[in-house]
Amino acid sequence: MAENALAFSSVDVAYRIRGTARKVLRGLSFHIKRGEAYGLVGESGCGKSTAAFAAVRYLPRNGEVAAGRIEVNGQDLMSMGARELRSLRQTTVAMVYQDPSRALNPSMRIGRQIAEIFELGGLARGQAMSRSAEMLDRVRISDPQRVMERYPHQLSGGMQQRVAIAMALARNPALLILDEPTTGLDVTVEAEVLDLIEKLRFEFDTAILFISHNLAIVARLCERTGVLYAGRLVEEGPTLRLFESPRHPYTVGLLRCLPRPERRKSVARLDTIPGFPPAPGAAPPGCIFTARCALATERCRLEEPALIDIGGRFSRCHYHALAGDLPRIEPALAAAPAEATAGGPILRIENLSKTYRVGDHALAALRDVSLDLLQGETLGLVGESGSGKTTLARSLLGLTAADPQSRISMNGRTLPPRIGGRAPEDVKALQIVFQNPDSALNRSHAVRRLIGRAIAKLAGLGGAALQERLLALTRSVQLPDRYLPQKPRALSGGLKQRVAIARAFAGEPKVVVCDEPTSALDVSVQAAILNLLADLQMTEAVSYIFISHDLSVVRYLADRIAVLYLGRIVEIGPAERVFHGPQHPYTAALLSAVPDIAGSQGRRIRLQGEIPSALKPPAGCVFQSRCPRKIGRICETEEPPLSEAEARHAIRCHIPPDELMPPAK
Amino acid sequence: MSDASAAPRPVSAPETTVAQERRERAGQLLSSPTFLTGAAIVVFWAACAIFGHALVPYDPLADDMLNTLLPPSREHPFGTDQLGRDVFSRVITGSRDILTVAPLATLLGTLGGTVLGLAMGYSRGIVDEVLSRIVDALLALPTVIVALLALVALGTSKITVVLVIAFGFTPIIARTVRAAVLAERELDYVAAAKLRLEGPLHIMFVEILPNVAPPILVETTVRLGYAIFTVATLSFIGFGIQPPSPDWGLSISANYGLIGGGYWWTVLFDGLAIASLVIGVNLIADGIEGVVNG
Repeated sequence: MAENALAFSSVDVAYRIRGTARKVLRGLSFHIKRGEAYGLVGESGCGKSTAAFAAVRYLPRNGEVAAGRIEVNGQDLMSMGARELRSLRQTTVAMVYQDPSRALNPSMRIGRQIAEIFELGGLARGQAMSRSAEMLDRVRISDPQRVMERYPHQLSGGMQQRVAIAMALARNPALLILDEPTTGLDVTVEAEVLDLIEKLRFEFDTAILFISHNLAIVARLCERTGVLYAGRLVEEGPTLRLFESPRHPYTVGLLRCLPRPERRKSVARLDTIPGFPPAPGAAPPGCIFTARCALATERCRLEEPALIDIGGRFSRCHYHALAGDLPRIEPALAAAPAEATAGGPILRIENLSKTYRVGDHALAALRDVSLDLLQGETLGLVGESGSGKTTLARSLLGLTAADPQSRISMNGRTLPPRIGGRAPEDVKALQIVFQNPDSALNRSHAVRRLIGRAIAKLAGLGGAALQERLLALTRSVQLPDRYLPQKPRALSGGLKQRVAIARAFAGEPKVVVCDEPTSALDVSVQAAILNLLADLQMTEAVSYIFISHDLSVVRYLADRIAVLYLGRIVEIGPAERVFHGPQHPYTAALLSAVPDIAGSQGRRIRLQGEIPSALKPPAGCVFQSRCPRKIGRICETEEPPLSEAEARHAIRCHIPPDELMPPAK
Repeated sequence: MSDASAAPRPVSAPETTVAQERRERAGQLLSSPTFLTGAAIVVFWAACAIFGHALVPYDPLADDMLNTLLPPSREHPFGTDQLGRDVFSRVITGSRDILTVAPLATLLGTLGGTVLGLAMGYSRGIVDEVLSRIVDALLALPTVIVALLALVALGTSKITVVLVIAFGFTPIIARTVRAAVLAERELDYVAAAKLRLEGPLHIMFVEILPNVAPPILVETTVRLGYAIFTVATLSFIGFGIQPPSPDWGLSISANYGLIGGGYWWTVLFDGLAIASLVIGVNLIADGIEGVVNG
């Protein structure tokens, strides 16, 4: 038995792009001991997934391991023939990907898919089926027989990921590679899947390579962690020590970018990491991080530091002892905060409902949502998938027509349900930043045209005035001019989102809906975008409806928070009171599901089961089917009213407010 | 955040400007042997269509009753036909009519199909429903038979041939365009355009059209191959290009009875010419599709 489940020594991986080889991993060395969980973190493009694919020799066609040695369970991966490689993938390594719906065969029943693995191992069909049921049982699927009869699309995302994990573990692999296994899942489901992985690790005694951009998840799950930056391992060490006292400026910067409870937009901006990561394949002579490092000296520019051993942990920095004192890159507040005006609400939503017809059934995506938005205020809208967040946004904007009894009014004027019926100034006043800039920006148009057209139509400018406004706008969203002639494809995710923000602000809107604008971005980019939104709010006195599933993000930006569950508002109140005042049991569960970077978990509340379908919402309280604090029959028969638990803070629950207080820390 | 998916995708380079991207596409096309072979064949026949009359050794229309049905020789490399006309000169100049009619018909069909497809895909609802049924009905009719009927009714001329083929292509292209538009209209950039008060015409032609151009381009080249085929067929049965044009289909029609007598050269070279042109166009289509979907 080999000592290491996986060992990389000085591995280079290169992709051949238009004839030139670009190295995306350079001299990567790390090992994972048997039964150990190792986390690999870093931002997109740093080579995490490439490392995972290299570990099973499954690189894309244009990629190759150019140098170095990879050993899985003591066997040299690079010298293996096709047959050996296949048997290795069959018995020794297993991989779970980010998107389970793409990893499962859509035309095969779950039972067959899992049984196939056992049949390959030589079991008879009947035996294979019973082993499959056993596996599903071990991944805590309560009714294996029924699930085995299903096709993948009939299962929820969380269920699919459990099945994928069951399939990976079916062969009892020595090494399990998890590549962002919970990134596409809702927070409460993510928490469940992570619990499961944590337990299974010990049951199966499998070594884990855990790849994630989410530092908090890695902190919770992994014994040791490596930080990748531009294909280089820049720091490695025991997870908790690494996150407590990082010794590389990049790790320090990464940790500081995370929004933290005490930071609020009115008090401070989030730390960012200035600049951009180098293009893939770039190899400056010195330290790879020099261009973005506040500690960098002449020595860093000329001489690449080795991975320095500092007592059981490693840092690739000449000044690792100083890393903790990295000067803060914390942009100053752009202007004095404009107070939310005490006047009447700028936007008022009354009894907003949206019912879709699905065959003969009515699907209530939103039910009786009422809320006000003041000028210059940010309302955070929190909820998991299927809660109706996006429906609310689209109905507000008039992209889908709300049900007839709904009323949306702006500055006292009632808005017709559809854009077509609305007055141009009302359409201009209500804009949106979409979640996915790839879909929101026309890929055929250059950036100049994307923003310019919005200025022409929304601000009614032309000629020199338009050009002037264009430059002012790109400057205020910090988009360098050289990107103006380029198409969105050439821009990074953060830059694309800046273009989308510039476009939304082209006509001096009153209300901007931000639909998860940072959910696809890296933490350092997310911090910069959140800072930008906060700055724009101060200078433009705009109100935001900020939709997100990430509570820490909402907390930074929101003045008030509304929590949505199955199309119902279950709680609404000032941001601080939602976190520290009485809480709806669902809010409490959401908060406790968010992993904490310190690795310390307070009281964990885990929700049972799946979010019910909006086609068949539970009778009584919408949350009763999953509520850990259900008090009895009344929850199933009678829907609680949204009643004031304290001033301006309303909760929809039968439990009296003073029993809903969160436990003191 | 990570690009992980069930199968690793080839990694592409970031940071390309519009001009670079265009150059890159062109470069890919020019390094595709399929495209180059096809282009060489088509360019050859196009050059023949334009300059052929000035270059050929004999007048393709001139009878020579003393030298009928001569086999290939030094003076007549492809022999002569039953009126003593030089087959080589006729084959070389015979591409002129077909290379005017077929591309024109394809272009017109693409134009009609694109407008129709955009309208169907973007409007959806009742407009789409009605137009789609009409398109389905049209697609159920066999092109050549409809073309025949129309030509009988309208009388044969190059313009009617162009119109008839374009009419046959419109529903086919409309369906391709509609499918592409259906996917595009759900993207948020369309919603963003509505939110800045753009009209439907702007959204269809300025926002959506450039994004559905690649499948339209592929479909058009494929159609061009079919158009050449159809024109040749119509000429063969007497409803396409009219005598005395040296058109290939027409020549085969006039001479195919002679094969039995051993006069193969009166038909073979015209047949090869048609085949090579269709193959050339299809190779171009393959090359373009490879780059577009590659």
